[in-house]
Amino acid sequence: MTPIRVSIIGVIASVLLVLVVLELVRGRRLKERYALLWLATGIVLLVLSAWRGGLNTVAGWLGVTSYPPAVLFAVATLFILLVLLHYSTVLSRLTDENVELAQRIALLEERLRRKAREEQPPDG
Amino acid sequence: MRGRILAVVPALNEAGAIGRVVEEIRATRLPIDVVVVDDCSTDETAAVAEEAGATVLRLPFNVGIGGAVQTGLRYARDEGYEVAVRLDGDGQHDAGELPRLLAPLERGEASMVVGSRFVDGTGSYRPPLARRIGIRVFARLVSLLGGHRVTDTTSGFVALDRRGIELFAAEYPHDYPEVEATLVALRSGLRLAQVQVAMRERETGASSITFLRSLYYIVKVMLALLVASLRRYPRVEGASS
Repeated sequence: MTPIRVSIIGVIASVLLVLVVLELVRGRRLKERYALLWLATGIVLLVLSAWRGGLNTVAGWLGVTSYPPAVLFAVATLFILLVLLHYSTVLSRLTDENVELAQRIALLEERLRRKAREEQPPDG
Repeated sequence: MRGRILAVVPALNEAGAIGRVVEEIRATRLPIDVVVVDDCSTDETAAVAEEAGATVLRLPFNVGIGGAVQTGLRYARDEGYEVAVRLDGDGQHDAGELPRLLAPLERGEASMVVGSRFVDGTGSYRPPLARRIGIRVFARLVSLLGGHRVTDTTSGFVALDRRGIELFAAEYPHDYPEVEATLVALRSGLRLAQVQVAMRERETGASSITFLRSLYYIVKVMLALLVASLRRYPRVEGASS
């Protein structure tokens, strides 16, 4: 069985995670779209920490017999991997979009400069 | 001659419908200009819209429906339009309803008018059960959190006066914006009116709502509503409620 202290710390940590994420969204420092995976992480960890019998059952399915809290670590790690992978895809998209923006601005500026030169021909 | 009303038409791959949408808006004889915001379509949407007489803003990549609408609202703000009205590029919003939609703004009774499918129960719109429940739940939730009864928070047929334009030009949700925007409007003290409108079935293209997206839609909107009701919103200047 999971030591009660581990359960309590697990509950506190996951509640903190959920609250911090909500506060970041409220302060507009995190978009809802990117908060959802973190919230799912917090809620799953909260459930597994608070519902001690459930953690035991899941540990049983996975063949973890000696120390059920190891499942908490495994689940947390899995979710962090998911979040990181998701962010890597987002980062890749942002990189492409950023390059596209830079290119368009360069082309636009060149076109604007050419227009300005055409409208105001140099003296002589 | 330039009008004082701007129709903002977000469009993604609507080459089949966009021409008629633009023409119908221009045929209303209102002092109205049309700006089509092309959310990086891969078909001829932009060219068709331009041919039909619209100004076209071409986004360099897909920014989502909310980002596209906000682009049009920023254009309305910067170009000094008094009124902006959003109609979707797929033709589901009937330009013939525009005078009715704009009437509360013209009378100074509201800063935001929503074309609702459910104001008085006379509408013929009967969506599938799941969607009908979703629409109703969101409407109840927004009414509760915003302290004002609204009947249709998912409608994209919306008119805004200068206050509304400035509010949403500054900040607008990027994806699935309608529900959250309604709550933000109420919490900012914008006066809201609803007008019963009929909506048409889609003419071409397919609705962008699939099962997984519906799930994301519901969760995202719920989270946005929760967070929006925790935020403080500055009252819109000159607005009363």
